Amino acid sequence: MTPLCEMRDISIAFGGVRAVDGVSIHVNPGEVVGLLGHNGAGKSTLIKILSGAYKADSGEIYVEGQRVTITSPRDARRYNIETIYQTLALADNLDAASNLFLGRELTNWMGFVDDDRMEAETRKIMARLNPNFRKIKEPVSALSGGQRQSVAIARAVYFNAKILIMDEPTAALGVHETQMVADLIQELKKQGLGIFLISHDTREMLELCDRVSVMKNGRLIGTERVEDVTEDDILSMIIMGKKPDQAA
Amino acid sequence: MTDVSAPQTKKRTAFQALELDTRLLGMIGAFLLICIVFNVMTDGRFLTPRNIFNLTIQTVSVAIMATGMVFVIVTRHIDLAVGALLATCSAFMAMLQARYLPDLFGLGLGHSMIPWIAIAAGLLLGTLIGAFQGWLVGYLTIPAFIVTLGGLLVWRNVAWYQTSGQTIGPLDPTFMRFGGINGTLGETWSWVLGLAAVAWAIYAMWSARRAKLAHDFPVKPVWAEVTIGGIITAGILGFIGILNAYEIPSRRLERMFEARGEVMPEGFTAAYGLPISVLLLIAVAVVMTLVAQRTRLGRYIFATGGNPDAAELSGINTRMLTVKVFAIMGALCALSAVVASARLTNHSNDIGTLDELRVIAAAVIGGTALAGGIGTIYGAILGALIMQSLQSGMAMVGVDAPLQNIVVGTVLVAAVLIDTIYRKKTGGR
Repeated sequence: MTPLCEMRDISIAFGGVRAVDGVSIHVNPGEVVGLLGHNGAGKSTLIKILSGAYKADSGEIYVEGQRVTITSPRDARRYNIETIYQTLALADNLDAASNLFLGRELTNWMGFVDDDRMEAETRKIMARLNPNFRKIKEPVSALSGGQRQSVAIARAVYFNAKILIMDEPTAALGVHETQMVADLIQELKKQGLGIFLISHDTREMLELCDRVSVMKNGRLIGTERVEDVTEDDILSMIIMGKKPDQAA
Repeated sequence: MTDVSAPQTKKRTAFQALELDTRLLGMIGAFLLICIVFNVMTDGRFLTPRNIFNLTIQTVSVAIMATGMVFVIVTRHIDLAVGALLATCSAFMAMLQARYLPDLFGLGLGHSMIPWIAIAAGLLLGTLIGAFQGWLVGYLTIPAFIVTLGGLLVWRNVAWYQTSGQTIGPLDPTFMRFGGINGTLGETWSWVLGLAAVAWAIYAMWSARRAKLAHDFPVKPVWAEVTIGGIITAGILGFIGILNAYEIPSRRLERMFEARGEVMPEGFTAAYGLPISVLLLIAVAVVMTLVAQRTRLGRYIFATGGNPDAAELSGINTRMLTVKVFAIMGALCALSAVVASARLTNHSNDIGTLDELRVIAAAVIGGTALAGGIGTIYGAILGALIMQSLQSGMAMVGVDAPLQNIVVGTVLVAAVLIDTIYRKKTGGR
């Protein structure tokens, strides 16, 4: 089977520091691939290359078997790659609808932005994702962490993402909201999306992911199916940088 | 999720049902207070049609630039060069009218195309200089403060160099119609325009309500819409009525008839009506508000101000956006240069001096946050009006010049303080 998305032998350096060094990962349709590692292991950098925020020094990216060049977030969006950032890339001063459609506003026949239609669409998708969401017209700065996260997720879902990148999607959330995100990931998986998930929480990753890739100091230590490894195996890979069989 | 917002069905007071912008109300209140206080102190001379007429034409130049400054500040930049850029554009347009076009291109003085060529060339120059400064800020990432601080020195003296420091005048008579008192619509056309504005406002309210109903969104009660419509109607027609009440002095009318070789009929009167410069400001305000609220450009300006990283990650070209914002600012400086030099009937070397501070102050008093992301066009215009009324009110009362500036400076700081407190109380925004 052709992977939905594949990053092959990716490297990038910042001022002599090799932040990502020859890493290859891929995701299949309906699969969740976790990226684990310490702070500074290169997970976010790797994923930002896929989402167009950084440009790789070398390496290749394939989407559904086709070689693609991604040099800007716009490119990434063209290949239906949507990203939900750790820092919640929302403009705080705008309302949920404006954020959801940011960069892809709906316009009327005169070319003016059609706020009413965007609001109606936002209400529709929010009713599906998070029925309690009511603050459609308020600036997102007035929203809770979970509500903001659901705006970010709604953005990815609305535009029919095929490949979804989630960078610490539950870091700022409470227990209940984390569960909501977990349910949503299962739902999107069923729809055949490929998801790259970044998190620090090993246990959560083992629950949500099909495979996990561990990185350390910019290098890929290994990729394992979750049913083949224990939490301790993963932890030793993160900390010692060795695969379980080597560690023994 | 855990924090469900309060149910929308909560009983609202009549005042809340109007859904008025309390910030705007506060500013209008402050403006009215200033007017009333000065009116009492000047024994009723402040709120005469004549003074209101003068106040509006004095405000236009700064107000036009303040609308552009809103965009600049919203995107977290600043433009210190607006006064100097105004001077460069004004000098260029004056030289075109008085020297270049007649001498170099052989258009005779008073040729009907001179003012229009001058205005078009001035607007182009302002836009290009603005875009150039925006390119320095956006693409070469030099801080806007530095680029425009340098620009302040450069353009002020480019203006000086063009004219060798001379006052250039008189300007073309048609050009001078954009200055204020030399170009007004007269009574009839002012009323026509006022009624058209009322019709348009009511239509806009009605179609907005219809669009909301079509999407099943909550709407204001009908009586609230009618009340607001009534206030808007009264405001527009009242303003036109006041301007139409300012009659042209009979000596001036006699001269106007003499110039046409006629004799003025006994008892003939005529009113100035709406000045063309004020009409220009209104047009700028409408267009800039449309850009801010209804276009992608405006949406991106505010998004970039709120979170530049988010804007960039959403695929917005924030560098090009910076160029556009400064280009708009430059074009508006050129437009202000038309109004300012036409009002003075000539180009003088010190035109627009300290305007950068007045423009920034107007935008800030009008609620534009220097941290970026927040600001309104109408707020900036109201801010310019408040500054101008303070200044001319104090001049009428006879406050010493140094004291005038002390008061204006204090008001600027106090206005920002009040705004900060207001935002904290109303939940951060």
